[in-house]
Amino acid sequence: MRRLAEVLPPTRVLAGPAQLAAYESDGLTAFRTAPLAVAVPETQAEVIKLVRLCHEEKIPFVARGSGTSLSGGSTPVSGGLVITLNRLNRILRIDPAQRVAVVEPGVINTAVTLAVAAYGLHYAPDPSSQSICTIGGNVAFNSGGAHCLKYGMTSNHVLGLKAVLATGEVVEFGSASREQLGPDWCGLFVGNEGLFGIALEVTLQLLPRAEVFHTVLAGYRTLEQAGDAVSAIIASGLLPGAIEIMDALALEAASAAVHAEYPPGCEAVLIVELEGPREVVAAQRPQLDALIAASGPVEARPARDATERAAIWKGRKSAFSAVGRLSPDFIVQDGVVPRRRLGEALRRIAEMSRAAGIRCANVFHAGDGNLHPLILYNGIEPGALERAEVLAGKILHMCVEMGGSITGEHGVGLEKRDYLATMFNADELDCLHRLRDAFDPLGLANPGKMFPNGTAPSLAQHGLHPLEKAGLISRE
Amino acid sequence: MNAPLKPSSLAELAAAVRSAPRVLAIGAGTKSRLCAIATDVTLISTLGLSGITEYQPDEFTFTALAGTPLREIAATLVDRGQYLPFDPFLIDAGATLGGTLAAGLSGPGRFRFGGLRDFILGVRFVDGTGRLLRLGGKVVKNAAGFDVPKFLVGSLGRFGVFGELTFKVFPSPAATLTMRLPVADANVATQILTAAAGARWEIDALDFLPTADAIALRLAGPAAALPLLATEILTRFPGEILSAASADALWADLRELRWTFSDGPLLKLALTPSQLPALAANVRNHAGKLHVTAGGNAALVSLPAPIVSLGLPALTLRGPGPLWLDAPAAPAIVAAVKTALDPQNRFPSLAA
Repeated sequence: MRRLAEVLPPTRVLAGPAQLAAYESDGLTAFRTAPLAVAVPETQAEVIKLVRLCHEEKIPFVARGSGTSLSGGSTPVSGGLVITLNRLNRILRIDPAQRVAVVEPGVINTAVTLAVAAYGLHYAPDPSSQSICTIGGNVAFNSGGAHCLKYGMTSNHVLGLKAVLATGEVVEFGSASREQLGPDWCGLFVGNEGLFGIALEVTLQLLPRAEVFHTVLAGYRTLEQAGDAVSAIIASGLLPGAIEIMDALALEAASAAVHAEYPPGCEAVLIVELEGPREVVAAQRPQLDALIAASGPVEARPARDATERAAIWKGRKSAFSAVGRLSPDFIVQDGVVPRRRLGEALRRIAEMSRAAGIRCANVFHAGDGNLHPLILYNGIEPGALERAEVLAGKILHMCVEMGGSITGEHGVGLEKRDYLATMFNADELDCLHRLRDAFDPLGLANPGKMFPNGTAPSLAQHGLHPLEKAGLISRE
Repeated sequence: MNAPLKPSSLAELAAAVRSAPRVLAIGAGTKSRLCAIATDVTLISTLGLSGITEYQPDEFTFTALAGTPLREIAATLVDRGQYLPFDPFLIDAGATLGGTLAAGLSGPGRFRFGGLRDFILGVRFVDGTGRLLRLGGKVVKNAAGFDVPKFLVGSLGRFGVFGELTFKVFPSPAATLTMRLPVADANVATQILTAAAGARWEIDALDFLPTADAIALRLAGPAAALPLLATEILTRFPGEILSAASADALWADLRELRWTFSDGPLLKLALTPSQLPALAANVRNHAGKLHVTAGGNAALVSLPAPIVSLGLPALTLRGPGPLWLDAPAAPAIVAAVKTALDPQNRFPSLAA
């Protein structure tokens, strides 16, 4: 604490119980831990000094942006420092000719698109928390969004970065070019879950904003029919920007929350979006409409204008927080299965859910097989959380068994660390550990995340993030 | 030098790595400089590890052994209406999937959706301790564990030997249309590259040609839309639409590097369009030739004889000369990661 005072003025070192309370957890509200202190740097130089101080004094540290991680990625470490990066929120450079933006880690995801919109450009990755989550957090956890099949994840849009590693070494990886020579250091750093160090500057690739969209919402009697429609679209050779499905329970929640009106009597709603130059969309639109008409929907509604499109997306993106209206508590999952096995996966989730007597809503990125089952429970019922976690574990095992992954876009974090070993054998885990040790030999950067057998913070109250309750953020 | 070891299974590949104190994997040798190494290094050929092991068209993914020729993969995909969006070079020359990944060599079509790094999903590789490891995944979306598959793009066999690779693919566009836009010099070329890349047209490929007198702009998408887009583009930048045969020949010549000098060095560079005029002048001063691709973000330079510097970092793919030109100093983390994956320095250093 004394040495912290050499780096930051007292007003930017938070250590009182009330001050620390706000930092005890993140988007995974199930886990809470009070850190030793919260440091609020305002410059890259201060972040570097803080990391070097932690290295010298062997103090664990956790970097934090807006605290929206759904895998507990920014949950503090007891006795450790939280380095909050929200004040490093400068957009340092916009180069419209090269279509890149250089930003600090505390810049909000949507702020990038807002800043470059005047040039007809946008930043593609769009996690549902994009109105509040930071680029630093997106980089640490390789965040996804609704447009991953066509555009990839955060990693595919990070061209270069400057970072302070856990050892205090400051490195620069990549550049403003879309090409690189030698190994892809940037690619290795993105998705490190805070275990390598802290990004100080990120060079983001920008894309020309799509000129027009064709967004269709289609309701189906059964989930299976919706799944078949997705298969038909994939087989047709079209490459939609987004293909999303919501099931009946998620629809019920979304209609209640944002007064979205969905076709009645549907077990599933499919959202498909084409985008591109007007000539291209005009040519592809009849093809998509015909495919959907042939898939036997109860009703198909193309968005007639930007307002209707926004309404469709608002219903989709608010689905998770809307589920909070159906249940006091829920666990959000992020498993991936091969897309062709989606129907089977959903059937098995429904069976497991029935057998356990636990309700489960499904919202998912159907185009890339990324499921987001929401397991509903009531935290004040004794044993309810444990039963929900057992069901969650069964679903993750199913994803791995089907050849998928335990996480598509939320990261392993604290939440799924015990499942990492279901995907990788002892040698592979050893390889990942060795890489971690190369970047952080003392194990100080975000310890307890990603790898099994870390020390667990205490379980505490569940429920919606306070910002979700206030309607300020929503989840993927 | 002894004949390369030629394992025919992944277990044999791991055994081959363990069999010698210093090893380097090679594929078909189409990037010859990347296979040239000190004589005390045992070469391991991946040509015995060939074939597509899994292809799921409805998943947009395939898995193939590292020594599989790109030609075989491209032909298999085209039968199902799909293609490799990173648009690799040297398909007819026999380049392998593993060699392409190790060299980090993506082609003109990478302009649209990205290069190798954007399509690699998973890798089975042998690390420097001889262990066969599988990292990444086989599904199009996966965030579990560090992204080692991406790291290995362009790793030149210095951190591990590829056994089997999983990639994402995309449906082939229904049609393509190529325009040739004449330019007076590299300055004009830079202006057009920059303006076109930021426009609404969703361009598929955007290259400054080795003849140094034109830009090739390729559109890909529904057949009905492309002539409409082309009309607007040609209003903005004068030029002509190439016949399908001319366009195919143009891209095939670029893909197979038929424009290069047969003996001199062939270099790969990463750049931004604003660096193009200076690079073009530098290349001209050395009597060299230049193919700028990816909208001005990557370049291949062919020279009649080795040189010391092009003013930008460069990697030698073919011909004589050092592996790297103007390589920036490696930060300490490079050595630490090398030690993590290859503690006994079984693979050559990245610098040599």
